[in-house]
Amino acid sequence: MKEKLILVGNGMAGVRTLEELLARAPDRYDITVFGAEPHPNYNRIMLSPVLAGEKRFEEIVLNDRAWYEANGITLVTGERVESVDLASRTVLSAAGRSMAYDRLLLATGSDPIMIPVPGRDLPGVVTFRDLADVDAMLAASARGGEAVVIGGGLLGLEAANGLAARGMRVTVLHLMATVMERQLDKAAGFLLQRALETRGITVLTGADTGEIYGTGRVEGVRLKDGREIPAGLVVMAVGIRPSTALARAAGLAVERGVVVDDRMLTSDPAVLAVGECVQHRGATYGLVAPLWEMAKVAADQLAGRADSLYQGSVTSTKLKVTGIDVFSAGRFDGSDGEDIVFRDAARGVYKRLVVKDGRIEGAVLYGDVADGPWYFQLLKDGADVSDLRETLIFGQGAGAAARDPRAAVAALSDEAEICGCNGVCKGKIVSAIAEKGLTTLDDVRSHTKASASCGSCTGLVEQLLSLTLGDGYAAESATAKPMCKCTAHPHDDVRRLIKAKNLRSIPEIMQELEWRTAEGCGHCRPALNYYLLAAWPGEYVDDSQSRFVNERVHANIQKDGTYSVVPRMWGGLTNAAELRAIADVVDKFRIPTVKVTGGQRIDLLGVRKEDLPAVWADLNAAGMVSGHAYAKGLRTVKTCVGSEWCRFGTQDSTGMGVKLERMTWGSWAPHKIKLAVSGCPRNCAEATIKDFGVVAVDSGWELHVGGNGGMKVRACDFLCKVATEEEVLEYCGAFLQLYREEARYLERTAPWIERVGLDYVKRRIVEDAEGRRDLHARFLFSQSFSQDDPWAQRATGGVDRHEFSKLAEVG
Amino acid sequence: MLDRVNWIDVGLVEDIPARGARTIATPLGEVAVFRTGAGEVFALMNRCPHANGPLSEGIVHDRHVTCPLHGRVISLATGRMRDPDTGCTPTLPVQVGEDGVIRLALVPSFANA
Ligand code: SRM
Ligand SMILES: Cc1cc2nc3c(=O)[nH]c(=O)nc-3n(C[C@H](O)[C@H](O)[C@H](O)COP(=O)(O)OP(=O)(O)OC[C@H]3O[C@@H](n4cnc5c(N)ncnc54)[C@H](O)[C@@H]3O)c2cc1C
Ligand code: SF4
Ligand code: FES
Repeated sequence: MKEKLILVGNGMAGVRTLEELLARAPDRYDITVFGAEPHPNYNRIMLSPVLAGEKRFEEIVLNDRAWYEANGITLVTGERVESVDLASRTVLSAAGRSMAYDRLLLATGSDPIMIPVPGRDLPGVVTFRDLADVDAMLAASARGGEAVVIGGGLLGLEAANGLAARGMRVTVLHLMATVMERQLDKAAGFLLQRALETRGITVLTGADTGEIYGTGRVEGVRLKDGREIPAGLVVMAVGIRPSTALARAAGLAVERGVVVDDRMLTSDPAVLAVGECVQHRGATYGLVAPLWEMAKVAADQLAGRADSLYQGSVTSTKLKVTGIDVFSAGRFDGSDGEDIVFRDAARGVYKRLVVKDGRIEGAVLYGDVADGPWYFQLLKDGADVSDLRETLIFGQGAGAAARDPRAAVAALSDEAEICGCNGVCKGKIVSAIAEKGLTTLDDVRSHTKASASCGSCTGLVEQLLSLTLGDGYAAESATAKPMCKCTAHPHDDVRRLIKAKNLRSIPEIMQELEWRTAEGCGHCRPALNYYLLAAWPGEYVDDSQSRFVNERVHANIQKDGTYSVVPRMWGGLTNAAELRAIADVVDKFRIPTVKVTGGQRIDLLGVRKEDLPAVWADLNAAGMVSGHAYAKGLRTVKTCVGSEWCRFGTQDSTGMGVKLERMTWGSWAPHKIKLAVSGCPRNCAEATIKDFGVVAVDSGWELHVGGNGGMKVRACDFLCKVATEEEVLEYCGAFLQLYREEARYLERTAPWIERVGLDYVKRRIVEDAEGRRDLHARFLFSQSFSQDDPWAQRATGGVDRHEFSKLAEVG
Repeated sequence: MLDRVNWIDVGLVEDIPARGARTIATPLGEVAVFRTGAGEVFALMNRCPHANGPLSEGIVHDRHVTCPLHGRVISLATGRMRDPDTGCTPTLPVQVGEDGVIRLALVPSFANA
């Protein structure tokens, strides 16, 4: 029979240990996990981006329930372990469940410290440790108003930033003279404080909290010097304390933390402990990096490979506040080492290294943290830097004529940590690329987890891909490539920040994200306009002056300055009345060319701009609306005759096409979207080179995505097969919404899918039923604001009248 | 010399959308009158030096317009294409009175190269 292993604490350290154990001895234990939180294991450090609105909870789950199931692990969530009996080797849960173990792993993490001031129990006073805390803060922030954060350390500042991003007026109360004084020196602390203040966060230093006041719920904080700061939400973020109550009551050796030896064994060798709850060689930790190392040693122990020892960890800190770069490692204050300082006021950069006996003892970087990992590696290695002394502060590439970032990465040792969030080192990434034949960033993310969390190491991972694959790597440089010359921000950043910083207009984006031009250019303005439209459906008011002419006047400009008019023909169907109306406008306005398009409808070419409203009015009168032949949005839905007439047809492809077109017309997207439905695999509607293509078969509908014709033909990828028309509509809406929300402007579905990977799209659309329904619902929601015929608005509704008449005629 | 030219009233500034343009039919051909985001007014012949694209239909940013046909960027103040492209559109003198009336003089000129 298998031995029984119980893990108490379903958090980052515990589950990581299980992962390491499964890699070593997958069948050795019958594993049960008790977690007090009601969730599967998630990446706690990413709670800050969740709070700030930059990530959703689903994106930070590290091990979903399917993972536990697939590995035969029994997961008990929402159930605290109340006591451990070392003698009988049993645990007792809050629900009264008693369970025996052969080995016990404690990974109970830490508890947030509550300072013992009056009023700390009032509703509205929260800590910042788990998802429940984040939910409480989000609920409070939805009501707006003022928030106070007590504590100006890493957690407090990330909480303050998140709440400010959610629209609250935030005051940080900090006891010491500068923020994050444990990680930053005064100069960097000051710069950080100033940067926070420019974001509207008030920072009071030397602020000693006297009491939290309020009747029935919190109303504010009173300082010992008498000052009062009103607040409907108070976040207590003054520090953490290892969670040791369970171990202490059981009789294990406990000091500040649960005492473990170099093998991660507690005073009872049947019991191991890992993570923030432990004390090792007198030290306790509050960061994730040490957990990865502890997890390996504990797993070796559990797997019966008693060879490894934990030696303690050196840690570094990064603040996860988008747009503010801070890095620190080692000792700097109180060291008698020699200081090397570099400042660049214009760029807001401050760097300080403390060097003693030829070795780096500490590093503080503000504003430019690119060399952080390199300094940290030199520090951990205790490397002799005497020879580099002159250029050290300028970073790794200094001295070389041109600063080649690849050279910098090439110089890192295999043990150098690349991804701090998930504890992945360079060697592991390089060998995964080589051995598993990885070629894209997404591959690396899914195989190694590097760059899969906060993304701040994405640049480094791309360098590694390019180093390892040489020319074989087509850099997804757009991740880092600025949108255009007006800004340093790449598209993805801008999309994320619009949401995170609640930016609602183009001027606001340009101000907040520090555009270098006053009004942008012909590249960024249309992109920003689209991003805002996608981010705030129903709220954002389209800026027509940021639209390319075709989308502004709802017709396609021709080389002689005239326009073409393409009315919609749903699913390629038309009738005598429509054709008669078309014939009539051709005669009436002497339109020179009438052509059947490649998109199964009719193009009227050579219409004078001032005639457009009248042409549209006549077409509207016959029931026709704009075909959006000019739009970054849905163009056409091509269909074949299908089962209605065709002897091979298996389903009503024409009817399906009409339904799809009715659902999707009028939508704005990063680029044009084309759909098609074929009635059988002979595929007469060419559905497999469309953005979303449907091929009917006897038993249902095959869905294909990400194809296009054009300069670089790409056949679709097969997404999945569904049974009903309702499903076709739901999958289509969800797919288009995912594309609308995540692709870069002017990126069609084909290059988008190649970039993010078909697997990703399948995960979001096929495997995650709930997520798919949400996407579809969001698609329909935004459609409810955009399915208004733009021709009618202009022909009879008087919109943009100035477009279609001259200002004057003179002479 | 300009005080002897014939200034013609062509309309009000507010008839032109900010960061937009309207056109005027003249014996010289179509003229585009631009209004920038900052409220300045410029007049150019409505022809892109590249292939006669109607500049009035372009996207206006700062004191520039991006041509709708092939994306060249033209200075509203000088009519010149931005480097590295070369080419120049004639500009025309305009004045805006305190009453917001735009006055145009039909004397196109090329920027000194
Ligand atoms: C009118 C039409 C040609 C025709 O006479 O049949 C046409 C005309 C133009 N196409 Fe097209 N395309 C037309 C069907 C197609 C098709 C066929 C199809 O949809 O099945 C394709 C290949 C399929 C595809 O898109 O994947 C096609 C691939 C393109 C491309 C290349 C797209 C790409 O991703 O590589 C462009 C360039 C672009 O969009 O940037 C383009 C761009 C254009 C533009 C908009 C060029 C421009 O920017 O001015 C032309 C505008 C003409 C006008 O003023 O009406 N057209 N174009 C067709 C209109 C279909 C409609 O009813 O809306
Ligand atoms: C908002 C925030 C931001 C952070 N940012 C960073 C960062 O940028 N960089 C960094 O390195 N670190 C950061 N950290 C710290 C990092 O999250 C922790 O170091 C890490 O999560 C510790 O892992 P752990 O497994 O020891 O504890 P946890 O992840 O806290 O897991 C412990 C789990 O055990 C459960 N538990 C406790 N007692 C019991 C019991 N008796 N029965 C059942 N379950 C129990 C708890 O509910 C909890 O789910 C951050 C932390 C927070 C809260
Ligand atoms: S193929 Fe070229 S020339 Fe023909 S319509 Fe399309 S873009 Fe114009
Ligand atoms: S006509 Fe203006 S860029 Fe070609």
